[in-house]
Amino acid sequence: MRKLFLCLFATILFTSLCIAQNRTLPSIDVKTLEGGSINITALENNGKPIVISFWATWCKPCKKELNTIAEVYEDWQDETGVKLVAISIDNSRSMAKVAPYVNASDWDYEVYIDPNGDLKRAMGISTVPHTFLLNSKKEIVWQHKGYVDGDEDELLEQIKKLAH
Amino acid sequence: MLKKITYTFILSFLTLNSFAQNNGGEIHGDFDLNMQSYQEDEIIGAKAADEIILNNAYLNINYTKGDFTAGLRYESYLNALMDFDDSYKGNGIPFRYASYTIDGLEVTVGNYYEQVGSGLIFRSYENKGLGADNAMDGIRLKYSPLKGIYLKTFIGKSRTYFTYAEGIIRGADAEVNLNEALNLESKTKIIIGQGLVSRFQADINPKFKLPQNVAAYSTRLNIINGGWNYSGEYAVKLNDPVGSLTSEGNNYAKGNALMSSLTYSKRGFGIVAEMHRVDHMEFRSERAQEKQYIINYIPTLTKQHTYTLLALYPSATQTEGEFGTQIDVFYKIKKGSLLGGKYGTKLIFNFSRINALNVGSSFLNDNRKHTPMFISIKGEELYYKDINLEVYKKINKKIRATGVIAKQSYNKDVLEGKTPGTYGIVESTIAIADISYKIKKGYTVRIELQELLADGGEGSWSMGLAEYTISPHWFFAVQDMYNWGNHEISKQLHYVNINFGYLKGANRIEIGYGKKRAGIFCVGGVCKEVPSSNGFSLAISSSF
Repeated sequence: MRKLFLCLFATILFTSLCIAQNRTLPSIDVKTLEGGSINITALENNGKPIVISFWATWCKPCKKELNTIAEVYEDWQDETGVKLVAISIDNSRSMAKVAPYVNASDWDYEVYIDPNGDLKRAMGISTVPHTFLLNSKKEIVWQHKGYVDGDEDELLEQIKKLAH
Repeated sequence: MLKKITYTFILSFLTLNSFAQNNGGEIHGDFDLNMQSYQEDEIIGAKAADEIILNNAYLNINYTKGDFTAGLRYESYLNALMDFDDSYKGNGIPFRYASYTIDGLEVTVGNYYEQVGSGLIFRSYENKGLGADNAMDGIRLKYSPLKGIYLKTFIGKSRTYFTYAEGIIRGADAEVNLNEALNLESKTKIIIGQGLVSRFQADINPKFKLPQNVAAYSTRLNIINGGWNYSGEYAVKLNDPVGSLTSEGNNYAKGNALMSSLTYSKRGFGIVAEMHRVDHMEFRSERAQEKQYIINYIPTLTKQHTYTLLALYPSATQTEGEFGTQIDVFYKIKKGSLLGGKYGTKLIFNFSRINALNVGSSFLNDNRKHTPMFISIKGEELYYKDINLEVYKKINKKIRATGVIAKQSYNKDVLEGKTPGTYGIVESTIAIADISYKIKKGYTVRIELQELLADGGEGSWSMGLAEYTISPHWFFAVQDMYNWGNHEISKQLHYVNINFGYLKGANRIEIGYGKKRAGIFCVGGVCKEVPSSNGFSLAISSSF
């Protein structure tokens, strides 16, 4: 009986350790602004943190989040080496506006488009904005739904935890 | 003994499970619940539901292990929210799939979503908030034989509510990125694509011989050079009469659609010029069915507004026929300049105009033949026009402001499918101010004031919204839409909404009370499309 308990305990510990392992990015293709496609698992930042932010040209809070971060992005990069990847869920109605909006807004982010929601579904996103933080192994360690003023401070704290 | 066997079973299951986890198997998904209570309101014509409370919910589960993935969606409508069709009823697992990829070949069986080009000839997609879901059930193959060459083919039936339409849909698409495929080191990038979709449906019409196989095809071209980007697609749908029993009812004309966009952008500046022409291009999964059976997507050529009063009179593509143009200009006035101030100023200009085709869309049968002129704008019936300018400015560290002015013309008869001449065109002028003030770190107040002036339709509206957010967990919002200019005094009503919510990481809970109009509802830092309602609402969304 004691053996059984021990065994049970060990298994539960083992299982919970395994379940606690972080989630990785699904293998899904997204469109580049140059008309090509790239598999999202190919994102790279040399072992530094990556932020993935889902947005759309028609989403006010999304643009607010990305515009706010754009103002401090250089500082964030110097401090933590973070890279931000903005994935637009604009479909063919507003896809053509993505590159001009991004350029006109002076964003230095890597931008991709997910026009039929394939990546959005694979990552369990029901509303935008939705932000993910990836560690050096490209595992998702933190996520946040929505954006209100000040949320960027919490994101930065989380990035710093990974970067030090 | 039995107990021991059970323990052993559980143990081995747990161990097996953990090995599976160790080998990279992952389970993820998301959950969404929308509950709404309904109160009767005779004045606005809102009905109370017999059930008092209605509830929509769904759970997505995806399992991934290496190049294998499988998943399902459980959907629950007990009973469906009022704006949803009655056919969404009960519980079920209408979406399940398995897929793997090996040596560049991706095989999917079961349900999938797919789009050919821009969607002019085929698009299956879902928008849970609006109850739209035309997922396919069948087989899909994707293959990339060489770098820059992408092939896909699929067959299946298209979903409508909890059933599948009668038609069998077959499709194929090839896309070639010439620079990648030919290893060209050119500044100019060229991508070409060709798609073909065909629907089979048996002809059981006793009077007419209807085509059983209806094909649609499209060709697309994308040329990119530096800041320039041209993208165009032309689609044709072969004759697809609805199968009526009268000789006047069937239209044997081919349909076609053209969309074209040219964009240029550089740092601080971007411009988009678009046009489209649509002629008899609705493609359905089943003959003689309603819009729930549409399997193609013709993007609406107007700006998708999110401020409530800008979106009060929204445009929608008339798939039977329309001609439209749209221009967007994005400009950032530099920091430090006279108009730019300390932080710079952003301007977004948008113009769109949609009108009817000359003497209607293409028509062909024994009694009548008509092919509209390719381009005719002057003198044609106006469907929609929108001219708007948005200015965004960060005034200082605490205050940010957005202002919008717009002028819209909305053909209520056409866009709402009313008898011609009933309402005519609603002309409206709209002004919006949106100001946010940061009280201290994490605490922000945001005020929106909106005004819509119009004679037609429901007359003039005012709207005010106050939102208080405490980052990163809380938000509170109160808004009032007031239809003070309604021609019927009894309908000069206030539509008041109170919402508050809590969010932490991947979970979000929102509770609301009030009258909502259908449209994009942006509150508490999230935007979603909602149906109209009156009463209490509870929304929970979570992802894992």
